[in-house]
Amino acid sequence: MFTRISLTLVLLGLLPALAAQPLYQPLGQPAAELSDRPEWNLTISPDGQGLPAGSGTASQGKPLFEQHCAACHGFGAIGGSAMPLVGEVGSLTSEYPEKTVNSYWPYATTLFDYIRRSMPPSTPYSLNSNEIYALCAYILSQDGIIKADVELNAVTLPQVTMPNRNGFSATYPQ
Amino acid sequence: MKKVPLESRRQFLQYTALSGAFAGFSLPALSAQPDIHYRDILPESMTQAGAGFSNYGQPSPYENKIIRWISANPDTPGNGVSWSPLHELQGTITPNGLHFERHHNGVPDIDPATHMLLIDGLVDTPLSFTIDVLKRYPQQSRICFIECGGNSNSSWRSRPIETAAGYTHGLVSNAEWTGVPVKYLLHEAGIKNNAKWVIAEAADGASLNVSIPLEKLLDDAILALYQNGERLRPENGYPLRLVVPGWEGIVNVKWLRQLRVTKAPVMSRDETAQYTDLLPDGTARQFSFEMAAKSLITSPSHGMSLPDNPGIYQLTGLAWSGRGKIIRVEVSADGGDSWVDAELQQPVMSKAFTRFSLPWQWQGQYAVLQSRATDETGYVQPSRDELLAKRGHHGFFHFNAIISWEISEDGFIYHVYPD
Repeated sequence: MFTRISLTLVLLGLLPALAAQPLYQPLGQPAAELSDRPEWNLTISPDGQGLPAGSGTASQGKPLFEQHCAACHGFGAIGGSAMPLVGEVGSLTSEYPEKTVNSYWPYATTLFDYIRRSMPPSTPYSLNSNEIYALCAYILSQDGIIKADVELNAVTLPQVTMPNRNGFSATYPQ
Repeated sequence: MKKVPLESRRQFLQYTALSGAFAGFSLPALSAQPDIHYRDILPESMTQAGAGFSNYGQPSPYENKIIRWISANPDTPGNGVSWSPLHELQGTITPNGLHFERHHNGVPDIDPATHMLLIDGLVDTPLSFTIDVLKRYPQQSRICFIECGGNSNSSWRSRPIETAAGYTHGLVSNAEWTGVPVKYLLHEAGIKNNAKWVIAEAADGASLNVSIPLEKLLDDAILALYQNGERLRPENGYPLRLVVPGWEGIVNVKWLRQLRVTKAPVMSRDETAQYTDLLPDGTARQFSFEMAAKSLITSPSHGMSLPDNPGIYQLTGLAWSGRGKIIRVEVSADGGDSWVDAELQQPVMSKAFTRFSLPWQWQGQYAVLQSRATDETGYVQPSRDELLAKRGHHGFFHFNAIISWEISEDGFIYHVYPD
């Protein structure tokens, strides 16, 4: 009986669903070339890996901020319909903590990564690298995290030490 | 009629039904009845043809107030949430049109024919997969909840928000997700020894990116193509969504385009600035992925009222835990002084909604209804005071304390923080 069923299955090409390991055909396409392209390398790490060429300063960033960001984040980046980006450094232990970029974010590289991929919401990826470096410089300089004349680029941005750099404890892994 | 013992309600109902049946036989139609104008006495639905077929069914128009509640920034209407109306639903499966939403820059329009998933980074061979190819892998189904890390966040405020239960606590839903176990594809690409994290990236207008421990993806994560049997809804990640059972919504990346295997997390905005839990000492919990056990009574709940006094009401609600199965839900009608075990709808599944219910005889007294869940790890849902004592008032994310509904003597129901 068992033999007859097995024989039938073999003839039909059917495989009994008893195996512990699932049986499937690997169908992924080798994609090493794709993986090297810029559109698949959007991620910027805290060590600066992924940062593009280019540079910008706070004074270059101010008019860009007013043009592209102030409508939601307010003039001076103090907040509007969108959250405040500056100020409130040292407020995290107070009765009314405020989580701004400058008071809360642990890495300056995150600012570049986030602006490039998400801002402004109506036209993501519309700002070029110089403009994004300049916007980072403008925001960070508001609270003296960098001096007003510092040029941010792929080397200097990862060197910026954010005030709340050591403010996080990872729950995972336990 | 024979006296029926009160303790046997079922027997009582059966007996009554039986005598009714016999009564029917004892009424022979011996004489001709006058012609009855059935069209005058039957409901209209029985005296005419109904509507035709539909290619895709919609809820009854009488149910058109059972909707998600939307809250978005008018300047960026694609950035916001919509809450699931948990207080209007029953059972455990959230209908696809009512599954909660959290978008960071709107719902993208993605053609599945051109969409691609890339797995690269610390792998032997970077691989790409089309949607058609993914459909050829063995499909695994998993019923699980997805809860936004920011669900119930108004409950951190010092005053209770007076909003319907779902519109406060409904950034959580439960569905059957079907797709390819992520581990199949990661193993196919070949994971390098130093790999620890995976950065998931979305193809939406926020290019949302978050880091997820590799270990979890190899455990029970699914690349979902289907939601409750049909292809994903656009607002839930069509054509491809990462489902990470029991972990906060943000890592269940919708519109998934890339999984990059790495040594360390990317420290993206949504794992540093957001979805981290500020503690009273000014530090914050990061990568607090698991959604701890939680429950709430969905009916009766805020905004409803109890029409009969005295009356019997069926208390019902939902419980869930990101750490496994719910093993117990207790209900209190006196603000937590005394508790009674509720009945759990079977089967109880790990990391999924568990429906609980308990009949309640209301005598018109002031009451505070609460539910308290326990999961299989032994973790017990905390009171609001216990949670705040540990986490302060500014955690914003991961609120899972007991939720209280006050019943006034006239039967109205309010959201309260008990003393």
